[in-house]
Amino acid sequence: MGAVPTLLLVIVLAFFLVHSVPGGPFDSERVLPPEIEQVLLERYDLDDPVPVQLAKYLGNLLKGDFGPSYRSTLNVNQIIAQRFPASLAIGGLAMTLALAAGLMLGTWAALRHNSRLDRVVTGLAMTGISIPIFVVAPALVLIFAVYLNWLPAGWTVSPGPAKYVLPVVALALPQIAYITRLTRASMIDVLQSGYVRTARAQGLGTAAIVRHHALKPALLPVVSYLGPAIAGILTGSVVIESVFGIPGLGEGFVTAAFNRDYLQVMGIVVLYAALVVLLNLLADVLYGLLDPRVRYE
Amino acid sequence: MSQAILEVDSLTIAYDGKPVVDGLTFEVAPAEAVGLVGESGSGKTQTALALMGLLPATAHVRGSATLGGEKLLGRAEAELDALRARRIAMVFQDPSLALNPYLRIGKQLRLILERHGIADGATATRRALDALASVGLPDPDRQARAFPHQLSGGMRQRVMIAAALIGEPDLLIADEPTTALDVTVQAQILALLEEVRKQTALLLITHDLGVVAGHCERMLVLEHGRLVESGPTERVFAAPAHAHTEALIAAHPHLDKAPALSRPAAEELLTLDGIRVSYRAHGSRLKAVNGVELALKKGETVAIVGESGSGKSSLVRAVLGLVPADAGRLCFLGEELSHEVSARETATRRELQMVFQDPLGSLNPQMRVASIVAEPLDVHEPGLSGTDRRRKVVNRLEQVGLDASFVERFPHELSGGQAQRVAIARALVLAPSVLVCDEALAALDGSVREQVLNVLKDVQANTGLAILFISHDLGVVRTLCHRVLVMYLGRIVELADNDVLFSSPLHPYTRALLDAVPVADPTAERPPVLGGEVPSPLSPPAGCAFHPRCPQAVEDCRQHAPGLRRVGATDVACLRASEYLAKA
Ligand code: SF4
Repeated sequence: MGAVPTLLLVIVLAFFLVHSVPGGPFDSERVLPPEIEQVLLERYDLDDPVPVQLAKYLGNLLKGDFGPSYRSTLNVNQIIAQRFPASLAIGGLAMTLALAAGLMLGTWAALRHNSRLDRVVTGLAMTGISIPIFVVAPALVLIFAVYLNWLPAGWTVSPGPAKYVLPVVALALPQIAYITRLTRASMIDVLQSGYVRTARAQGLGTAAIVRHHALKPALLPVVSYLGPAIAGILTGSVVIESVFGIPGLGEGFVTAAFNRDYLQVMGIVVLYAALVVLLNLLADVLYGLLDPRVRYE
Repeated sequence: MSQAILEVDSLTIAYDGKPVVDGLTFEVAPAEAVGLVGESGSGKTQTALALMGLLPATAHVRGSATLGGEKLLGRAEAELDALRARRIAMVFQDPSLALNPYLRIGKQLRLILERHGIADGATATRRALDALASVGLPDPDRQARAFPHQLSGGMRQRVMIAAALIGEPDLLIADEPTTALDVTVQAQILALLEEVRKQTALLLITHDLGVVAGHCERMLVLEHGRLVESGPTERVFAAPAHAHTEALIAAHPHLDKAPALSRPAAEELLTLDGIRVSYRAHGSRLKAVNGVELALKKGETVAIVGESGSGKSSLVRAVLGLVPADAGRLCFLGEELSHEVSARETATRRELQMVFQDPLGSLNPQMRVASIVAEPLDVHEPGLSGTDRRRKVVNRLEQVGLDASFVERFPHELSGGQAQRVAIARALVLAPSVLVCDEALAALDGSVREQVLNVLKDVQANTGLAILFISHDLGVVRTLCHRVLVMYLGRIVELADNDVLFSSPLHPYTRALLDAVPVADPTAERPPVLGGEVPSPLSPPAGCAFHPRCPQAVEDCRQHAPGLRRVGATDVACLRASEYLAKA
């Protein structure tokens, strides 16, 4: 229920942050004549004090209007509509990959707790968490696109699905690492519980124990992590889209920020914040579905 | 006994070269019930886990064990899986940990049937319902759809037994199956196991000799992993051959033996008048304590007895101000006490101290014993000089039977009994007038419990300490307490002197509690078991709250709630109490 106030707070903070950055949308190397700049500022209400601008912006948001772009002939709604599909595809695939691989690797390591394989997986996961995405992405490009020439390095050069591979993997890697660690830790915990011991005493066997008894409780920490995971993917996509030249929202965000295109920056911030809030809500609902004790209290 | 179903030969279990079970040899015949007894650490549970193949990889197991010709030790997990549930099954101690909280009860049973190819689909569902009905679960249809946390402890243990029996095993191992349960429920579960015995052999692991005496044909006594005695239960109880067996039998509570107790003074220290405590739960009010009166005298110990939901813990917490009473008066030496501990005078706060059940859990693991015991002094007497502080700490430790060498130790270097004595020393360091003990001896084994009991008695004789003593163990209550207060659903149902209560209990609930105590005598007659469970305090029955379970209930009991009144030498809340007194 805290969703709406959270969202509002994010919007207000972002609005002031964006406007506190030095420079303005119409500053460039060539200085505009003051009269023309004045006309432009008035046209976009940029001559109002920032709180007034914010009020107007919020009013428009309520009507579903993200406002104009200062640099493009399209308005922000149109820009988002144009750029969202690519980001959604990359982010959605990365999230799916992260969950599938993380759950599998984590469970695998937990079942072989303290074996060499467990240590290898844990070590790799640790590495995956500590290497920042702006190092991972270029490294992947160097290895698989430049040296091995297996996969395309950029977005525009290849029309086929191969272009998705590197960006999705690069974006998913840190999340795979994190989810692997989470799953491993919670699975080890669950496997040592009294009820798993009971299930062993009932002769259910490892596969059935994991599937029926252990998976649900072991998933709970991962479900709680869904919100932070989507936030990680969204921030990661800003880097990934720039590195691979993908015309998505992340890249649009970076360009808009350089250009002081306030409303486009804001539009993307609002959309991302809404996504994060939404996924957190979804995680709460899922958690309740998985844990009967939460459901009944 | 030539065709034994279980044969164990020279079973040895060791960790890091240290044996916890040492050369154990025994047999169990088909449909026989064998009791495996010993104190904690004697290797009982390790033996059970070894037979089930559930020991951790760090355990070194030697010897052999066969079940109907099938080897049990050293086999591959997959081969063991085929034997488990179908040939050998186990019921664990704490049903709240042994059932999966995320799965419906019915599903947990169906998984066993499906996995072992016993039944599937609708047949499995029906078999699961039958199994639940056969262990006395009311309304199996509904319970099958329930999650474990929606069931009471007793019901959960019934489910565990149903799950263990659903594959029709030849041998059922029950590891302390009733230790985590209330006394009347314990009696019900033991009666259920008695029924089960017709289908399977039973290896019953317990520390309670009364349980063995009542339910096993033969018994094995373990001490430090070694079998010190075995034989038919009646013979062992009549003429124990080993000193340890004798000690165990002697340590078992004898409710008929009148204890030697110091005499309390006439002065009333603490008075409770119409104390009520309630909590908000699920949108309604849960009345945990519903009008309790009591006057605790100097040098007196009053036991508070009752099962879960009786309100005994809420009552003592209200006395200490840890949960505020919402009505009533609490007086200490005639001065009214505030209901909130934070609003009480520092001077009175130090007069009331408490000892909890779990000694290790209540001691800070990072502090040495000296600092742990001195902690209350630092709060209440900050000006104390270093030598005075040390002297007080050492005095208290000596009072509870620990010498000065203990001050440097950390909690993990203490045994359970020593840790509990440190906790008592800390509670006593301010020389309080009243000590509240909430199941303070429950975690301790027989001999250690005896020591701590004597410590409490000594301190009381020397200082006139008054004690409020919550316990489910009526044997301990019998040896320690001057008066006994029995609670049921937030009310006092009976309050009487120790001797009066144990020799002629008047309230039917008190009698049921006394009857439910397992007697360490195989030849004793077993009284009938009280049925039902304590109803939810959220919706207590009308009239006498005990009437749905009371064997003596009459029509009147449904309408009129009996108040506490004097009958003979007893305060009792039962409409028919005077009839019983006349008969007694
Ligand atoms: S009042 Fe009636 S129901 Fe209650 S204890 Fe007495 S006889 Fe039983």
